[in-house]
Amino acid sequence: MKTIITSAGNKLSSQFELRFGRAEWFCLYDEESGKTSFHENMHIDDGHGAGPKAAEKAYELGAAKVISGDFGPKAKDILTQMDIQMVIVDNDNQTVKDIINMIK
Amino acid sequence: MPYSVSIISGKGGTGKTTVSVSLYRMLTRHRDVHVHLADCDVEEPNDLLFFPEFKTVKGEQVNKLVPVIDKDNCTYCRKCAEYCEFNAIVVIPPAEYASVNNDLCHACGACLEACEFNAITEHPEPIGTVNFIAGRNGVGITEGRLKIGSTMQTMMIRETKKRITEDHDIIILDAPPGTSCPVVETVAGTDFVIIVAEPTPFGLHDMMRIVELLEEIGIPFGVVINKAGMGDRKIYGYIGQKKIKTISEIPYDRNFAAAIARGRPEEGISIEIEEQLEKIAEDVLGRYNLSKG
Repeated sequence: MKTIITSAGNKLSSQFELRFGRAEWFCLYDEESGKTSFHENMHIDDGHGAGPKAAEKAYELGAAKVISGDFGPKAKDILTQMDIQMVIVDNDNQTVKDIINMIK
Repeated sequence: MPYSVSIISGKGGTGKTTVSVSLYRMLTRHRDVHVHLADCDVEEPNDLLFFPEFKTVKGEQVNKLVPVIDKDNCTYCRKCAEYCEFNAIVVIPPAEYASVNNDLCHACGACLEACEFNAITEHPEPIGTVNFIAGRNGVGITEGRLKIGSTMQTMMIRETKKRITEDHDIIILDAPPGTSCPVVETVAGTDFVIIVAEPTPFGLHDMMRIVELLEEIGIPFGVVINKAGMGDRKIYGYIGQKKIKTISEIPYDRNFAAAIARGRPEEGISIEIEEQLEKIAEDVLGRYNLSKG
């Protein structure tokens, strides 16, 4: 199963990002292979609709789960319809690596 | 064409509505000019509060046309989603998912242009109401009222302005605060703009922005200083340096403010305030007469 973790940077040591649609990077973690890849958020500066675009990206990347600080109503709507599980971690004082260790 | 005057401010709470409503009341006393008020502050129209005796005659619903995607024709090519400037369309090809978010849609029609497969049709969705309000002696107010939650302020203002009838001599447009699209839409095509400014640091800052905007659009303007006596003198320096015409200076008066809060400004008008309000009416009448040639 693949999981997306919102991240402030493109390294495992980067800080976990609480915002979903406005996260700078998405870390894709594959539980089976243990591999990670980082994908830049191209819609971070869009005036509106960054959330739905991030949800779209999550589906494209084949994620079954997304971990972030919160999800806006528009993103939530699409993630629900795409059957992608949303997990809220309300603590940004962690690295992406810390989050991965939590779900391992 | 009626002569039109927009009342704007940049900063909120400087007295646009006070000036609009007072100017309207003063001009209605002139039997030879027919004056009309348009409340273009569509997110919170409040001019009507000052005229409890007026009656709403008619309300006309304003719609925007939002796209609906027909999944039978859609090939999930994503061209519409790429055309959409507002991220209102989400298309996920492998999931055969295509949907439009009406709240984000600005009804620009770009997706219709984009679609090569006739999969997009437009359907009306209400964004608000234009109310036609009548007082005595044939005077009236046209009020734009945006539906709560809608983001279509600018379109609502445009549609409100379109519905103002031409059978008036002078139209006063009460603008929304700010310096962005809704304000530009309100002042567009009007003959003169009155900036209502207060002599505070915020008042000056926002006035400078609105002056820049008006200089760029190229509409003549003058300033009414409201709540004179509060704050500091910096705004006078700016007005002098820019050689902006000061139409009147309404002194800060707690009684007047309290009367406005009660919805009955006429109960709190001192002789001094009356004189300053009259100056605005005279200025507008003068400009109207000049425009007639």
